[in-house]
Amino acid sequence: MTDQPADIRSVRARRSAWENVRRTLATAPISAWFGMIVIAIYAIAAIFAPLIAPHGEAEVVGKAYQPAFGDYLLGTDQIGRDLFSRLIYGARNTIGIALLTTMISFLVGGTLGVLTALKRGWFDQTASRIVDAFLAIPVLIFALMLLAVFGRSITNLILILALLDSTRVFRLARATALNVVVMDYVEAAKLRGEGLRWIVFREIVPNILPPLITEFGLRFCFVFLTIASLSFLGVGIQPPTADWGSMVAESKALINFPVKTFPYLPAPFYPAIAIALLTIAVNFVVDWFLHKTSGLRDEL
Amino acid sequence: MHPILRTVLQRLGLGLLTLFIVSIVIFSSLEMLPGGYAQNILGQGATPETVAAFKKQLGLDRPSYVRYAEWIGGAVRGDFGNSYSGAGGSIKREVTKVIAPRLYNTFFLAAYAALFAVPLALLLGVTAALYRNSIYDRIVNSTTLATIATPEFFIAYLLVFFFAVKLRWFSPLSTVTESTPFLQHAYKALLPAVTLTLVIVAHMMRMTRAAIINLLASPYIEMAQLKGVSPRDVIVKHALPNAWAPIATVIAFNLAYLVVGVVVVEVVFVYPGIGQLMVDSVSTRDMPVVQACALIFAATYILLNLLADVVGIITNPRLLHPK
Repeated sequence: MTDQPADIRSVRARRSAWENVRRTLATAPISAWFGMIVIAIYAIAAIFAPLIAPHGEAEVVGKAYQPAFGDYLLGTDQIGRDLFSRLIYGARNTIGIALLTTMISFLVGGTLGVLTALKRGWFDQTASRIVDAFLAIPVLIFALMLLAVFGRSITNLILILALLDSTRVFRLARATALNVVVMDYVEAAKLRGEGLRWIVFREIVPNILPPLITEFGLRFCFVFLTIASLSFLGVGIQPPTADWGSMVAESKALINFPVKTFPYLPAPFYPAIAIALLTIAVNFVVDWFLHKTSGLRDEL
Repeated sequence: MHPILRTVLQRLGLGLLTLFIVSIVIFSSLEMLPGGYAQNILGQGATPETVAAFKKQLGLDRPSYVRYAEWIGGAVRGDFGNSYSGAGGSIKREVTKVIAPRLYNTFFLAAYAALFAVPLALLLGVTAALYRNSIYDRIVNSTTLATIATPEFFIAYLLVFFFAVKLRWFSPLSTVTESTPFLQHAYKALLPAVTLTLVIVAHMMRMTRAAIINLLASPYIEMAQLKGVSPRDVIVKHALPNAWAPIATVIAFNLAYLVVGVVVVEVVFVYPGIGQLMVDSVSTRDMPVVQACALIFAATYILLNLLADVVGIITNPRLLHPK
């Protein structure tokens, strides 16, 4: 006589991706929510810039130095362009360029890092030594020098910063991938004859993704700040392209004049606050992500 | 040979090697330009004769290894050749003469900032680590996170706005000349120094805090607590001797970071240092000046990092008693 099989417990279906996202978001602290909302607003402003901005990017709309909350929401700049419109186009240009630079840097640095970790040997040695030399020079100084050699243009700016930044990405990608390539499942994949592409994208990359995503946020902040600094110094994004760093530099004289209308803030602070708010927001989100993925905690 | 001495010498050798490679990278940046520097400056329309004459004028017609040997040999003796901005004219501007007074100003500003930043950061870092997860720790942490995330020029303009424009305690511009008396120099450089302090205190404090927390988590500290040593003695007698190494590393590392921060801050306050000089020279593509500045910045950066390494080795008690 056989026992009745145990009740088939209702097997819980796997949570859908959307459910997972919702559950994770429910645990997000306020700072992370703040960060995500700010980033969303910036993204919308950047993508739909021509629809949101009341005036054109380089369009002269009225007299120079109009106060805020008059005819124009934030007033006009030194040649009479609408500051609010330029801020919105600035989101598109500055964030777009920083994002593109970070992506190129991750593509180059990440690929090289994983490949060197997989192959080792002289290729790894050469690449690592060259990267060490690059790491010994501060990025801003190196970027200034290369911009002097190659001349100032947006393409040069993106390529130079991507190259300099990829050395940092290379280091992290190589270090994390080194821990993964020795795993049994990579060995198994090699033994069953998988190609290089499978091993890199199916075995290694998914396992080094969390630290790389965190790093992407931090590198983006760093690249974004460097571009803003270079533009502020007058050697980054060139006028008439609207960009937050150069907008601060262009309007810096205004800081000496009292502002009598509502925000009571001189014009250079609008783009400066825009920059600071975005980096703080990204940092909040990255912080939260770091806590979630690594369980990194300070308490003893 | 004593193992410490050997490790230190190894590090020094490695540092010099890095410096050598970096100098080659800086020098060869000029060679990387497709078509050459002269052609690029003169534009597509320049005849080959003009380009050749311009190259000869700048000394670019000789092979690059000869020029590198000359350049690095001169740099070691403090001679960086002539600036391009006076080339061809009757006035020859020596790069060294342009840089020397500005170099003093920059080091003055950096040392001034370090004078505020180091004690403040250590104090904040150690107290935040001791009272971690308290409200005090949270406030210090979020404030520093905010200053790390904001660009240097934003902090600088905030300070200018409140202290120079609203309160009128300082001038918004830090114009100093060689004849400015020391005290006046210090007064005029105060706002830039405070800006730099705010920028690096954040990094320094966070690293100090992490180092101390790391240390307090080690078993021998727990042991000391368990055997009933007073909290003060746990810190002073047990934790601190081992904390010097990470703290020294943190300080030296962040002073190296100062090297970068100084560029933007000098431009904001129109302070005549080499950061501003470098930015101006980048705009005019005056390569001898740019390369000299880059080499000075890179050398300072490398030397400070090397110092951090060496201090870390020397103060590591484990290395004092080799097995």
